[in-house]
Amino acid sequence: MIRHSLLSALTLTAMLFAGSVQAVDPELLLIIKNHRFEPIELKVPSGQRVKLLVHNQDPTPEEFESHRLGREKLIPAGAKVTIFIGPLKPGRYSFAGEYNEATAQGVVIAE
Amino acid sequence: MFTTALIVFRETLEAALFIGIVAAATRELPGRSRWLTAGVGAGVLGAVVLALLARHLSDWLDGLGQDLVNIGILSLALAMLIWHCVWVSTHTRQMVSEARRLGQSVQQGNKAPLALLIVVALAVLREGAETVLFVTGSLTGNADTSPAAVLTAGALGLLCGALVGLGIYAGLSRIPTRRVFSVTNVLIALLAGSLASQLARALAQAGFIESWTSPLWDSNALLSQDSVLGTFLHALVGYDAQPSAAQLCGYLAALIFIYAGTRLLQPSAAAR
Repeated sequence: MIRHSLLSALTLTAMLFAGSVQAVDPELLLIIKNHRFEPIELKVPSGQRVKLLVHNQDPTPEEFESHRLGREKLIPAGAKVTIFIGPLKPGRYSFAGEYNEATAQGVVIAE
Repeated sequence: MFTTALIVFRETLEAALFIGIVAAATRELPGRSRWLTAGVGAGVLGAVVLALLARHLSDWLDGLGQDLVNIGILSLALAMLIWHCVWVSTHTRQMVSEARRLGQSVQQGNKAPLALLIVVALAVLREGAETVLFVTGSLTGNADTSPAAVLTAGALGLLCGALVGLGIYAGLSRIPTRRVFSVTNVLIALLAGSLASQLARALAQAGFIESWTSPLWDSNALLSQDSVLGTFLHALVGYDAQPSAAQLCGYLAALIFIYAGTRLLQPSAAAR
């Protein structure tokens, strides 16, 4: 019961946050197609949190993974997910699709 | 083929270590194998359901549904581990020492350690769902690899993960009974720290926290997180080459909470 109300409180907070941050954080679209990222290079402002919208257009799932960004998220086939990254210091942050590492490579450039 | 096995192995590793440590910690409990199997079974079942729902979950809340589920799972597992460390282990120690004093054999009763059962189920659930999704994706998506090859590779990865779990269990089993509890308690406390750190990262990833989310240092040059040892230590004690302040605080807070809680409960146990 407590767990349940905690969860709903969390959901509510999440919704509030999701609503409020949307307007502030710059958004960038990243597409996964044929086990490759499009674009391969993402330029983002440094010192600011960025909202990454990842759309997996492949018929297979992919896992967005970057130790440098400290992010790891599964994107089922056809799904669109949101990943918040940063605020980042200026520099290059590589990321990859764990399930297709040979082709799915990209880099976030913070400047 | 090799990559499939490797990915399944990586996903399995953390859950396998969890199970190995929990199995060692509860070595002397009657009916342990039964409830441990029940925990793993519940986790596998949940993983399949979660994998089936993944597509819908992902679209929830503007693409944050999956993070929310992950945060829920991590929070519950963390709460259970802390509860186990602070309350159950103190209580067990008291029972053991009383039994020793009275010259009786340790009677734990038939109560299964529910907290640990839930933790095992959640560990399997979390890693299992990703494995199921990955393997089914490979089965349906790749025309150039045969289903048999994918399944063989998956089974091989699973087997290797299970062997590491078995390895840590065998290693811990060599420790004399008298000391094994203190060792497993430390390991379980570190697992709790690791979960707290992962929780902090999940909260940042979903955009719920914005401060203290940048990496404090980078120890990749010292020990790469992608290396064999780095992967192992990540699964075992939550090693992160680039932890944020929020992750570090979560990790330390969990450890301090467990230490202080155990200390606070101990005098009252001795006074009885």
